[in-house]
Amino acid sequence: MTPMTARRRRPAAGYAVVLLGLLIAGAGYAAITEAGSASATGPNIAASAQVSQGRAIFLEECATCHGQFAQGVPGVAPSLIGVGAAAVDFQVSTGRMPAKEPAAQQPRKSPQLTPPQIKALAAYIASLGGGPPVPTSGQVNAHGANAGFGQQLFTADCAQCHNFDGAGGALTYGKYAPPLTKATPTQIWEAMLTGPEAMPVFNNTTITPQQKRDIIAYITQTRSEPNPGGFSLGRVGPVTEGLVAFLGLLLFMVLAAMWITAKHRKTPNE
Amino acid sequence: MSDSTAGHGPGEHEPGHDLAAGGGETQAAEGAARRRVIGTPSPARSRMLLAETAAGSTAGLPEVREPELPADPQDMDDAKRAERIVAACFVLAMLAGFGFIAAYLIFQVHTVTGTWHSNLALGLTMGLSFGFMGIGATIWVRRVMPHVDQVEMRHPLRSDPEAREAFAETFADGTAASQFVKRPILRRTLIAATVPVAVAPIVLLRDLGPLPGTVLDHTVWRKGMRLLTYGANTPIRPADFSSPGGMITVVPDGFQDDFNALAKAAVIIIKFAPGEVVYTTRSAPADGFTVQNWTVDNIVAYSKICPHVGCPAALYEQTTHHILCPCHQSTFDATRGAKVIFGPATRPLPQLPMTVDAEGFLVAKSDFTEPVGPSFWERGNSS
Amino acid sequence: MSIDKALSGTGGWLDDRFHGAKGIRTFFRKIFPDHWTFMLGEIALYTFVILLLTGTFLALFFKPSMGDVVYHGSYLKLHGVHMSEAYASTLNISFDVRGGLLMRQIHHWAADLFVAAIFAHMIRIFFVGAYRKPREVNWLIGIVLFTLALLEGLFGYSLPDDLLSGAGLRITQGVLQSIPVVGTYLSFFLFGGEYPGTDIIPRMYILHVLLIPGLFLALIGAHLFIMFHQKHTQMPGKGVTNENVIGAPMFPYFMAKTGAFFFFTFAATALASTFAQINPIWLYGPYNPLAISAGSQPDFYMGFLEGSLRMMPAWQWVVFGHTFAFNVFIPALVPLGIVMTGAALWPFIEQWVTGDKREHHVNDRPRNAPTRTALGMAMIAFYGVLWLEGANDVLADHFDVPLYTITEIARVAVFAVPIVAYIVTKRICLGLQRQDVHLLEHGVEMGIIRQLPNGEFIEETRPLDEEELAKIARPEPVALPAGQSAADGEEAVPAPGMRGGLGRVKARLNKIVTESVPMNGHGTNGHGPNGHGEPTEHEPAAISAGSDDSGSERH
Repeated sequence: MTPMTARRRRPAAGYAVVLLGLLIAGAGYAAITEAGSASATGPNIAASAQVSQGRAIFLEECATCHGQFAQGVPGVAPSLIGVGAAAVDFQVSTGRMPAKEPAAQQPRKSPQLTPPQIKALAAYIASLGGGPPVPTSGQVNAHGANAGFGQQLFTADCAQCHNFDGAGGALTYGKYAPPLTKATPTQIWEAMLTGPEAMPVFNNTTITPQQKRDIIAYITQTRSEPNPGGFSLGRVGPVTEGLVAFLGLLLFMVLAAMWITAKHRKTPNE
Repeated sequence: MSDSTAGHGPGEHEPGHDLAAGGGETQAAEGAARRRVIGTPSPARSRMLLAETAAGSTAGLPEVREPELPADPQDMDDAKRAERIVAACFVLAMLAGFGFIAAYLIFQVHTVTGTWHSNLALGLTMGLSFGFMGIGATIWVRRVMPHVDQVEMRHPLRSDPEAREAFAETFADGTAASQFVKRPILRRTLIAATVPVAVAPIVLLRDLGPLPGTVLDHTVWRKGMRLLTYGANTPIRPADFSSPGGMITVVPDGFQDDFNALAKAAVIIIKFAPGEVVYTTRSAPADGFTVQNWTVDNIVAYSKICPHVGCPAALYEQTTHHILCPCHQSTFDATRGAKVIFGPATRPLPQLPMTVDAEGFLVAKSDFTEPVGPSFWERGNSS
Repeated sequence: MSIDKALSGTGGWLDDRFHGAKGIRTFFRKIFPDHWTFMLGEIALYTFVILLLTGTFLALFFKPSMGDVVYHGSYLKLHGVHMSEAYASTLNISFDVRGGLLMRQIHHWAADLFVAAIFAHMIRIFFVGAYRKPREVNWLIGIVLFTLALLEGLFGYSLPDDLLSGAGLRITQGVLQSIPVVGTYLSFFLFGGEYPGTDIIPRMYILHVLLIPGLFLALIGAHLFIMFHQKHTQMPGKGVTNENVIGAPMFPYFMAKTGAFFFFTFAATALASTFAQINPIWLYGPYNPLAISAGSQPDFYMGFLEGSLRMMPAWQWVVFGHTFAFNVFIPALVPLGIVMTGAALWPFIEQWVTGDKREHHVNDRPRNAPTRTALGMAMIAFYGVLWLEGANDVLADHFDVPLYTITEIARVAVFAVPIVAYIVTKRICLGLQRQDVHLLEHGVEMGIIRQLPNGEFIEETRPLDEEELAKIARPEPVALPAGQSAADGEEAVPAPGMRGGLGRVKARLNKIVTESVPMNGHGTNGHGPNGHGEPTEHEPAAISAGSDDSGSERH
């Protein structure tokens, strides 16, 4: 019996193995889940005078990463010159910005600035020149829009990233197309128009404003429509359905079989 | 351990009899679990036979036979309780069953919410009905029926030598009588006659489809054919598609609803900022990893059909310029001629030669210069 | 009494014509052994019945046509959208036929459960060795049934012509097309021309509702008949021998139990269809060859093919103007080929390696066949890695792991994990055997602690009772034939079948397969009861210079 074998028999050995296993699993998972780093581009051009409140907010919340004059910092954050008010409104109202840390992709969070603050910030960035404005409520009003046509456009140009349901999907290197469950019509419009992060740009001459409204109608109707077949299982598709078939249905049948064939237990009367 | 032929049980087996003729021992009944070897001939077969009168016996008394299974459960009280439970289950099952019929009549469909309610009602009543029947039946078997443990002997599966011998003789006699072996000409011509009959069904399948020919080598794109945005079917001016990072699906004019055409001819166009694309130059000849000068204003057109197994390779990451196919994650670098950088695809996405027509709309310069879509045997590396 | 009347009335009428009294009586008295694992096959049987019933309902409403229509039914979101008649009729069944959605969902859940049950049943048969003689043919029939089930499911979920299943169809076509020499012809013949054409849905329909169900009925019938005729196997237990069956008779016991199980199966699928939505094709939209969704997967039983396609590195040869698309047809054919061919050949390989030609009607406990169990787990691990890789984008999205990393891990895991699974499982089996030997030698602990006069505490044990002994007992492995022993200057001659390279391979494999912890303290791996390696006295497979098959000296 080697010293190792002798120690193997100790009661603590079992706990040691479990602990080691947990550590290995945790370290392994952490290693492959990347934090990632932000992409960086952009020239540096300082802006002229603008809404001072927006500038003040910018300096406080954004300049650390995006630079004093929104020119961007290579390897940290892109330039915001020319991105327009719509981009700012999208990023900040979805809580993605201000970002807490560099990441492969900024997740949606509760917004950290109030709507008036967001407006000011957007105005400041817009004053730097160029870029699409925030849409009016009339522009994003999908009432009467053609959701069927929206479905066609969505499946051809959006579903490959966002999934036919808007449930989102994986991209490369830790990026992902987010789920569309919480996006407001305005945010959907702005995202299409400005192409945030990895998303392509769908300007108003490629996908017209009416088509954008059709897409918005499709997204909002789909995510709010009831699931007539029961619980949606996350609308993920055959992966969850297969899990339910094995872990739910088959397990139920096995339990039923166990009951039916269980050994007869003698009752006191026998 | 005995080998396979020693499978005889305690009794003798005669060929041709079923196991009911086997002998065995009846073990003494012990308490609840009585083991009885099946096949023990019961003392008397018929229940209705009048007993032969012996001196002093009463005429007309039927002989009683020993039942093969206990008539009553071992624990009558538990069985009585169980009977009530089972009956309740069956009553619930019946009610649920009627509920199903009622639900069918009451709940209408034709709306998503209506369908939801109808599905809920019908499914629940059906599930409960079957479920209670199952529960009731199970409790019945387990607690109301008497518990038995019986033994049945297996036959050896191998026939005994006499049977085999007899079979062999029959078969030999029949073969001899058929003259099949003795007359080779008959035999061989018979086999020859069946050959076309076996092949004919395969031949009949010929018209399932046309021969592939060179169909897979070309798409419907031709010189001067306009690119239309899918869905709206509107032609595109470069000035309209001017935002760097833009991507859209386009289809050939005249084939926007033709799935057979679109399955090969669907295209995505991507707009790049100046300097992002690596173009083919005279000193860097086209090796598949540069973008050909078939672009307009840094707008590049690639086939949307993945060269792996044909899914639309449609994910475009604006920041990395990668086109990702969602099916099996083949990834293509759009700035370098859709060179494959990960995944199972072995070839880049073909690039569509593009120019503008007289009215300024994007048109194809020609068809793709190589076959589009998944690989196939007759496909060389380039057209 | 009414039973007598029924018997003499209807019963007599039938018997006059069919001579059934003896046969049906035999049938009624047939004994069925009880073990819950024996009911897994019944799950498959009853889901098949449910599929027939619900499928008939669906077939009354479904239109297997790819002709273009504009939708004007009750699902308002798709109003005015062009779609195939197949898709439109599926929407119609879902939203405009009462009970239609329920029947669709029961049909699909039952199909998933059908395949899951076949898996479980096949694995059970494998791990207890129930495929051994005389049941090899039934095992082969089972494998054919399994393959048919996969195909039937694939065709079935592709019939509605929605975006998700259409993508799968495209992949099927791309795979078909890549096959060397005949690929394009196969594709054009199946689809009636270029993809997608207008023939594939009606063709799949007739395969799905007529041809394959017909094959199913015939093969399931054969499968059940063989099982009846050969009688079911049983788990080891008190009084169980290779020559008997212990249990309760068909009438009324087994009929009642299996009837109850049928109701449970139907109830389970019905309740699943009430509370868990499956295949919501209205959300996927009609198929279009230029559209695709993120997170597209086939139904779970095709997942392993999907995984192999995703995992395969880019590899092709172009030789003299012809393409060998290894990146496509290797993942499509090789894993499936390994699993199916391996499974089909396994009973015969095992018979060859162990030399065991006996009839087996008593199941093995998996621990008593360590190599078989370990190989089975390795296969399951192999299959499982492919399966998980098939869902790699869903896993990446939900667990925040980069997409490529999952594939890169899978490429290694598909080789490493089965090997690890084999080793670990074999060791676990041998460990369990050791536990059995310990029980045999020391008895079962009774939970009563006693203090000995010298102060030592011991736990009382009792010897195993009959039932426990029967469970632990293990049949002896068959000795491989011994050859002629060396004598007086003549060479030792191995037995026929043990000669040459193949014979040596057989001997070596036999040694591996029969490795086990001996019950009587002697054994193949040289460990005596005190755990030390020692030369043994018994050598079950003395090959090169064996005399008789026991007690030979070691050289």
